Amino acid sequence: MTASSPAVAAPQRYLETQIRWHSLEIAFWLAALLPFVVTPNYLQLASQIAITALFALSLDLILGYAGIVSLGHAAYFGFGSYTAGLLAKHGWGEPLSGLLIAAVAAGLLGYATSFIIARFRHLALIMITLGLGLLLAEAANSASWLTGGADGLQGVRMWKLLGIFEFDLYGYVGYSYSLVVLFLTFLVARRLINSPFGLALRGIRENAVRMPAIGAPSTAHIRKIYTIAAVMAGIAGALLAQTTETVSLETLSFQRSADVLVILILGGAGRLYGGIIGTIIYMVARDQFSGTTPQYWYFWIGALLVAVVIFLPNGILGGLARLTDHWRGRA
Amino acid sequence: MIGSAFGVLFDGFAYGMLLFLLSVGLSVTLGMMNFVNLAHCSFAMLGGYVTVTLTMGLDCNIPPLQILGWTFPGLHLFTIPPLPFLMTLPFAFLSAALASVVFERVLYRRLYRATDLDQCLLTIGIVFMSVAAAAYIYGTIQQPVNLPAYLRGTVAVMGQSLGVYRLFLIGTALVVTLVLVLALEYTRFGAQVRAAVDNQRMARGLGINVDWIFAVTFALGSGLAGLGGALAIEIIGLDHAFAFTYLVYVLIVVSVGGLGSIAGSFIAATLLGISDMAGKYYFPELGAFLIYLVMVTLLMWRPVGLFGRR
Repeated sequence: MTASSPAVAAPQRYLETQIRWHSLEIAFWLAALLPFVVTPNYLQLASQIAITALFALSLDLILGYAGIVSLGHAAYFGFGSYTAGLLAKHGWGEPLSGLLIAAVAAGLLGYATSFIIARFRHLALIMITLGLGLLLAEAANSASWLTGGADGLQGVRMWKLLGIFEFDLYGYVGYSYSLVVLFLTFLVARRLINSPFGLALRGIRENAVRMPAIGAPSTAHIRKIYTIAAVMAGIAGALLAQTTETVSLETLSFQRSADVLVILILGGAGRLYGGIIGTIIYMVARDQFSGTTPQYWYFWIGALLVAVVIFLPNGILGGLARLTDHWRGRA
Repeated sequence: MIGSAFGVLFDGFAYGMLLFLLSVGLSVTLGMMNFVNLAHCSFAMLGGYVTVTLTMGLDCNIPPLQILGWTFPGLHLFTIPPLPFLMTLPFAFLSAALASVVFERVLYRRLYRATDLDQCLLTIGIVFMSVAAAAYIYGTIQQPVNLPAYLRGTVAVMGQSLGVYRLFLIGTALVVTLVLVLALEYTRFGAQVRAAVDNQRMARGLGINVDWIFAVTFALGSGLAGLGGALAIEIIGLDHAFAFTYLVYVLIVVSVGGLGSIAGSFIAATLLGISDMAGKYYFPELGAFLIYLVMVTLLMWRPVGLFGRR
């Protein structure tokens, strides 16, 4: 989790040290079980956190590792959400297969758009992702016969999970389900990032021109990771649809794209746990502070964002890593 | 049918002129410094609120206080009488320009060499703060504006009835465009600005103080946005979310028109204004879908915009 010195002799060795499980990581995932005992009244919130963390993780793959800035990542989240919601509404409420179908659907959309994404960088890329996201949101808004428009998708009924567990009001099943899916997806992302492919992505982020020059197929890499990220965003969206049994246009909105970007930056982009830590802080703080005056909440988010950009360029985790490095250097 | 088509064209053109005023500053500053200033519309919103406040008049008081049993009487600080709409416009321009200089000096200049992402995030943070601050001070309702009688109503021109305010808006925007183009082409400052946009490093090498040029251009551009925000109240309304809602439109104008190109912004804004108005009039069920589709297609065809060179 903390960045070790990059001056390790061989890339092979570097990857091997990275892939070992740190005791802090194990402690973190064990702590993720705490809400069941400590705050059983907040399991709904915990489930939301797990889902948003998954979404942030998927953005981290393209933004933090490959350096693709996206202001329209909610497109895949919402697409997965609507796929799962529509399936359940029209008679197929089986959660796991619904999740799989939503993932494939979002992946296909991601694969199709990845051809566009891979061609652009800088401002044009930001505008294209923004435009594609808005395009899909407007399309869903217009096609109200299918999506329910501004009222959202009503009548989503889920079957029992694995045929045994019914989704309950308290969120026991919802949180367990979201947490397991988050953990499994996290394992995939972790394996991916600590592979030669993951190293190549970091190379693209650092210097997009040099990578093709040393023989790395940058465009193909970008297409691959973008599709993978879209699949993960689709899974997160489907989870939200299945655990809350409703889908709204908000899942596709610019607001959601911006929120997840803020979350990731807050936690620290380019770190596997950045998105997760950012989500926990953001969601808990929002739950605590926004109750009285929801519209003022954004003032503090804005202030935090400015402060992070100016003072903590690598997010909270980046700041912590710098602190621990500092201590180690002294010792 | 012909009448309605002309009406749509006219309204669309007026709307496009508004978008031009809102976005031209961003286009020039983006072209010069490559600084992605998403908070541009926050300055426009500031201009709008200044005009709303000044047309209503302002009473500045300190309310009576009770501290430890002592009662302090309230204090009347000053009163600004309600100003006529036209007289508030210079204040809208100045306030936005001043505010932008403060932000530029304090925050933006630290990030000129930072990545696009950091610039985006910093300025989006400012947008969030401005939206929340506007909601806190003015509430979340649409703001009214008192137009003088001579700007209301319609006049008949060649059998068409045209809104007086829209004519006024078009006239203002055309004058501003003319002044901008002349200033850029024929003044020493304009030549320096063009040099800085074309090649910032070379301009520095020739001894042009690019930082100073940029600060002035930035203030002028934000001032124009403030003016646009004030003029926008009558046409598209003003509420706390203005900085977000119109950010997308401004970005479309800038990226389609090409960075640093006044002509590009002008044409892109006109196209966007007319097509948006026509879309809303003839295909209301599609909403903004058409606009986004046109933008994505145009950008895929020419990533640097219609008139961009880089």
